[in-house]
This record gives sequence, C-alpha cells and structure tokens, in this order.
Amino acid sequence: MPKPAVSVFQYPRTATEMPCGPYAKAGVIVETNAGWRISRPVIAAARCVRCQQCWLICPDGAIDRTGESYAVDYNFCKGCGLCARECPAKAITMAKEDGQGE
Amino acid sequence: MSNEAWEGRRAFISANDAVSYAVRLCRPEVIAAYPITPQTSVVEKLSEFIAGGGMDCQFINVESEHSAMAAVMGAAMMGCRTFTASSSQGLMYMCEMLHYVSGSRFPVVMMNANRTLAAPWNIYGDHRDSLAMRDAGWLQVYVENAQEALDTVLQAYRVAEDAAVRTPAMVCLDGFVLTHTYEIVNIPGQREVDAFLPPYAPGENVLDLANPRSLCISVAPEWQTEFRCQQQAAMEAAKGAIARADGDFAAAFGRRWGGMVEEYRCEDADYVLLGMGSVMGTTRLVVDKLRAEGLKAGLMKIRFFRPFPREEIAALGRRVKGIGVIDRDVSFGNAGALYTEAKAALYSAGGASPHTVNFIAGLSGRDITKEHIETMYRKVMNAAAGGAEREIQFAGLRWEEW
Ligand code: SF4
Ligand code: SF4
Repeated sequence: MPKPAVSVFQYPRTATEMPCGPYAKAGVIVETNAGWRISRPVIAAARCVRCQQCWLICPDGAIDRTGESYAVDYNFCKGCGLCARECPAKAITMAKEDGQGE
Repeated sequence: MSNEAWEGRRAFISANDAVSYAVRLCRPEVIAAYPITPQTSVVEKLSEFIAGGGMDCQFINVESEHSAMAAVMGAAMMGCRTFTASSSQGLMYMCEMLHYVSGSRFPVVMMNANRTLAAPWNIYGDHRDSLAMRDAGWLQVYVENAQEALDTVLQAYRVAEDAAVRTPAMVCLDGFVLTHTYEIVNIPGQREVDAFLPPYAPGENVLDLANPRSLCISVAPEWQTEFRCQQQAAMEAAKGAIARADGDFAAAFGRRWGGMVEEYRCEDADYVLLGMGSVMGTTRLVVDKLRAEGLKAGLMKIRFFRPFPREEIAALGRRVKGIGVIDRDVSFGNAGALYTEAKAALYSAGGASPHTVNFIAGLSGRDITKEHIETMYRKVMNAAAGGAEREIQFAGLRWEEW
C-alpha cells in the first residue's frame, strides 16, 4: 500500500526523546479512519479498466494502484463514496459495513 | 555601496542604520517586513542593500505585520536565517505569530522600535509594546545606544541559534531617542562577523523532501506541558549562551556589554536604580554626580528582560540598602513590569530585602531628565532611611513637585 502501516504512537518517555519544537515524521497514521465509515467501496477487478479516476478523486489517497488490481486501503478510506460515484466502468459498489446490503 | 566603503569603519549613523548594517553583516536569507514609525528606516535600508546587489537575500513585501512574521516563519521552516522588524501597533498585530514562532522553536531575530500603544494615539517611545509581549516566548534585550544596538543584533543571532536555545530574539531600541539619533558607530568587517557568527545550522524541525516531517503539529494535552517545559529550559539555557556570546564578542571585537545585566559603580553601592534602554545613559551621569557628592549610588542596566536576570538582581539585593526601578511602562492595576519582576527576584534573595520604590517614567516619549533621576535616588535613600515614600510613583507628573 502507498501509505505507511498504522503504528502505535509512543509518547516521549524522557526529556531527551522530545523533539525540539512540535514536529513529527510525516505520513504516520496512528489511528484508522474506519471508525466512522458506514459503507465501504468494493472494487470488482473484472470490470475495472484502470482509468485512474478513483485514484485521482479519492480525497484520502486511499486507492492503491500499484498492485495487480486496484485496491482500497480500508485503514484510510472514510467511506465517502466518491470513487463509486465517479467510476466510469461502474466497477465500484458501496457495501454496508453492517452487512445489510448496498 | 560595496562593503569595502563602510566595513570596519567608524560611521556617523542612526541606531536604526546601525541595526541595518548589523543585519546585513549577519547574512539573513529572507527578510519580510511591513513599515511602521519609528522602525521603517531599518527595513528601508535593508531593502536598498538588497536592491543594490550588496546583500544576497530575499525581501518579501507583505500586507501586514502578521504576514511578515508568518513569512519569516515559513522561511525558517526551510532552515533559513531570517529577520524582521516592527513596533507598537504592528507588534500587537504580530502577536499571534510571535507565539507560533517561539513555540515552534525557530530562531528568528527581530528588531522592535519601542513605541507606546494607542489610545491615546502617540508615536513616541516607551516599553509598553514589547513588555505586553513578555509571555510570547521570545528572548528580549534592551539596548542603550547605537553601538550596543549593532553589537546586540550580532549576538542575538548567536544566542537564538544556539543548539540549546533555539528561541527567537527581539532586540528592543527606544523609539526616536535611539532609533533616530545619530552617533559614531564602529561597523565591524564582514570577515570578523563571519568568524563570530557561523552559518545557521538548523535542527530537525525543517522541511526536507528526503526526510518528510510535519511541522507545527497539533499537540494533545498528554504532552503539551512537556513542550512548554522545554521552552522554559531553553530560556534558562539562554543565560549561559548570552554570557558566552558576550565573552566571545569581547574577544573578537573588543567591546563587552555585560550579558544579562551591566552594573555601573555597584561594587560598594548602597542605592541602585534599575532600568532598561536609553534612560540608563542619563542615569550614569547622575550616578557620577552623586558619587562626587559622596553618595554611594550605582545602577544596574537590565539588558535581557527574557530570560530575566533573577540571580543578578537577587545578588544585588543582598548587598544594598535601597533599590529604585524605572519602568517605561505600567501594568494598570499593579505596577511597572520590571518592578514587579525585580521585586519577586529580591524576595527569593533570602535575608533582609532592601527598600524598593517603583518610578513610572518616560511614558509615550516624555523626557526623563537628570533632575528626575536625581530625585529618584533621593527618594530611594529616603525610603531606605525609613522615610515615608509611596511604593509606586509616576515620575514628574505635571501637578507634582519633582
Ligand atoms: S470511498 Fe471515498 S475515501 Fe474511500 S476509497 Fe472511495 S473515494 Fe476514497
Ligand atoms: S475509476 Fe473505476 S475503472 Fe477507473 S481505475 Fe478506478 S475502479 Fe477502475
């Protein structure tokens, strides 16, 4: 996946572990976005024409195009549905997180 | 003008010009500023230097003081040495960004032309603007003359950029009385300044494509206190850095300003006036006059207000009978800011505290005369002898005998 894996944030344990000024390594996610998602995009690889629209549009950069087929990083996806709406091949469907249909 | 024309020469210039030459010699890479009386000629001259090709620096014209400080903060995030200057209302408008810069630990150096705050509207000098920024987390140093202004800018970069300090510094000059007064000033050579002030070596809180970082991150209550504790420790560490900078400066340039404070004829003094900035020049003359009369007078010039010279004032308190504090400001509802802090330092001195009197003087450009200062000494002596003296007095009120 293009994003770093979710990591547990460790507060500095000693004064010397403190950064000088409030800065941190960029691109670190310490909590998944999944908590507020009510439905998740599911990509049907067979329908996908690799047009990159979803990858361009996703506000959270949650679409990974590096693998064999396009995939969603569900640690980052917030479930907004933009990708499903814009996919010209109708390759993305939004599945309810509680399993109660689309 | 090429460097050679003025480098290493004695020149008849204003203190604002002295600051401009000092900044040029420090080689900042980015300057952003907005003009305000009586600061304007500092940044005007710097923009002339840059336009004339004598200074390899980017000057960013901005629409406000808030933007000026934001712009130099952005440059500091890229690891640049920076400079800006302001005064009074402009400093107030900068306030939010002053906290951002200090909390982010960027060693920005700025000059403040001390001018009072409206209302009533007035463009003349007192310390109410910079002292209102007391808690903004900046080093604050007040200077007495144009030479000290130049030398202190050079030292300010050294101290602010010290790895143990990494805290911005504000060099404060009394509006008009200093900023617009012409004096003979020794301008050091570029080579000597380069040797005294090496290129800025930023820490890790810079933007770097090879090593991406988020700067100025949100910090939750769980560790915000630790960042504040760090800022306090940096201020305490600055005391050592200030002493080292003063010592190294003296070795390189042959002038010494005392570091945190300068004592004048205090060795055996019984009565001492404390103050900041240009009024200390006049006070020296009065000390000499009183000494000639056999009175044991002295003065302590407070150079750095942040960090505050607690230890120096406490040590003074242990050996004198009376201390007067001249404040070119007043914190309505209490006393002058310098007095409040000096008195707190005396309390922690241990043993018997000397008698203290606070003189609120020189507000909004009002002259503080030699006669006023002599009266202050006599009032301190009266208080020390057990005489009745109001603790907090406005000096030279129109309807009072002084
Ligand atoms: S649902 Fe929204 S956040 Fe999730 S992958 Fe699609 S566009 Fe990105
Ligand atoms: S928008 Fe649809 S077709 Fe285009 S890459 Fe994404 S999933 Fe495939």
